[in-house]
Amino acid sequence: MMIDFLNAIVALSNFVLIPAIAYGSQLALGALGVTLVYGVLRFSNFAHGDTMAFGTMTVILFTWWFQSMGISIHPLPTALLALPFGIAVTALLLLGTDRVVYRFYRKQKAQPVIYLIVSLGVMFILNGLVRFIIGPGDQRFADGERFIMKARDFKAMTGLKEGLAIKTSQSITLVTAIIVVIALFWFLNRTRTGKSMRAFSDNEDLALLSGINPERVVIYTWLIVAALATIAGTLYGLDKSFKPFTYFQLLLPIFAAAIVGGLGSPLGAIAGGFVIAFSEVMITYAWKKVLTYLMPDSLDPSGLVQLIATEYKFAISFVILVIVLLFRPTGLFRGKAL
Amino acid sequence: MIRVENLHKQFGGFRAVDGATLEIASGSITGLIGPNGAGKTTLFNVIAGVHSPSGGKVTLDGEDITGLPPHELFHKGVLRTFQIAHEYGSMSCRENLMMVPADQSGETLWNTWFGRKRIADEERALRAKADEVLEFLTIEHLADHKAGQVSGGQKKLLELGRTMMVDAKIVFLDEVGAGVNRTLLNTIGDAIIRLNKERGYTFVVIEHDMDFIGRLCDPVICMAEGKVLAEGTLSEIKANEQVIEAYLGTGLKNKQKEEA
Ligand SMILES: Nc1ncnc2c1ncn2[C@@H]1O[C@H](COP(=O)(O)OP(=O)(O)O)[C@@H](O)[C@H]1O
Ligand SMILES: [Mg+2]
Repeated sequence: MMIDFLNAIVALSNFVLIPAIAYGSQLALGALGVTLVYGVLRFSNFAHGDTMAFGTMTVILFTWWFQSMGISIHPLPTALLALPFGIAVTALLLLGTDRVVYRFYRKQKAQPVIYLIVSLGVMFILNGLVRFIIGPGDQRFADGERFIMKARDFKAMTGLKEGLAIKTSQSITLVTAIIVVIALFWFLNRTRTGKSMRAFSDNEDLALLSGINPERVVIYTWLIVAALATIAGTLYGLDKSFKPFTYFQLLLPIFAAAIVGGLGSPLGAIAGGFVIAFSEVMITYAWKKVLTYLMPDSLDPSGLVQLIATEYKFAISFVILVIVLLFRPTGLFRGKAL
Repeated sequence: MIRVENLHKQFGGFRAVDGATLEIASGSITGLIGPNGAGKTTLFNVIAGVHSPSGGKVTLDGEDITGLPPHELFHKGVLRTFQIAHEYGSMSCRENLMMVPADQSGETLWNTWFGRKRIADEERALRAKADEVLEFLTIEHLADHKAGQVSGGQKKLLELGRTMMVDAKIVFLDEVGAGVNRTLLNTIGDAIIRLNKERGYTFVVIEHDMDFIGRLCDPVICMAEGKVLAEGTLSEIKANEQVIEAYLGTGLKNKQKEEA
């Protein structure tokens, strides 16, 4: 009986908790980027998914280059070494886009809906650019040790029937996400630049009249967004794989996370990321195994006990989004200003 | 000295400021009065760079500052407050004041990481200054309160406090007294006079309370329908035929509107 319970917990951790924590961290980092753009520049950046794809692509290219030169940081994936370079290139891309595209509309004080359409255009361009450079196919770039703990070792160690596997990419995701979030909050709350970003986001008119240079705030915002997008994309790619179309699809859960948490609220973006990730994983998980351990034999489920097939997982973000907005239109954390 | 020459501002076809010409002498506390909708706030907004003018020219000590963006005007010492108080709601009153002086060392990424000591020194000085300003305004007890949660009148004081964080040349105050009780209004009045005397600030004050205007301002400028009607001492203004008519005129118009 006790053993059954332990097995159930291990199975739950292995198939639900650990994957959802990793996925949630990736969504949270993605949603932070969306929420920063919304908080400071006041528009919904539909190009964010493809910015993540572009960032990841540059990281992959640098990774391949390092690999070809025999540079590695085994047992960690080479991609971590390539990350700063990917961020730098992505930052240049975003600053360039801002210079060429967004600044024009900022000068005109364009409506948010116009920005939104413009960001759709940027999205298509980035989308094409990424496919042109690296191709539309699947790319695997994870090297180094694949597992921190293998299911087989866990079974041998504990004698349980169920195994617990922890992938390196999952732990790297969690650790990186924690470091990034701490650094971001420190930056926003403790540094002068971060405070001027918050001030600008809170009350643009007042910020301008206190001598805060809006162009500078915008530049810093894009720099941070580049870092967040590249890190989120790379972590996701390490954990799953890199395919441009998947990143475009990620836009939905990421926006759902940002909106559920409250657009413009960094804390909300993080909470939203985990809400969406856990719902998605739990609703598409086949609970048969866990229930079999927990229920008396006579009540063992016959079907898979899967609420929704994995193919429909994107619908889940959408449903949660609608439910939250119905009951709390401002999102969990009352967004708007950083 | 600020000179405004033949300034125009149109919203669509509507002329909110319609050829205003006026001069603000350095060291003065100039009152700006006029019925609602006269274009006073719009005039401020155009001078302060919030709106670009449809025509005309603004000069500061002979330098053309027409249409400069607000943050550049700020660096030239041209500051303003808002008719409806603005604040950073999620920051404390002290932090609100500490946001003001721009171009602090902490604003470059380099210093954020490598100039910690310089930033710390600067912040300490800034904090002391903010506390000094809060005390001057008799709201030192609000230092750690969230600015979004203090009263409307206290927010107005905070607006004034913001202008004290730097060495301003000229400060435009838009309806400092609106929604402020008598005692607080007197505190604001005292602060304005002291700043004018001790630090040489020039003020332009929009206010509907004539006692307040009378106590502080000389000269007083009266606007109506986007134009400057008259300039002089308050008693001269009060005796001016055109001014009386302008105030009466809107009175009549409002009555007609109510009846319609
Ligand atoms: N942004 C704007 N868009 C359109 N009309 C405006 C705008 N700002 C002010 N106005 C109009 O300009 C006129 C003058 O307004 P305002 O300058 O606020 O007057 P005052 O401050 O003297 O009461 C009003 O009729 C107002 O409706
Ligand atoms: Mg007004």
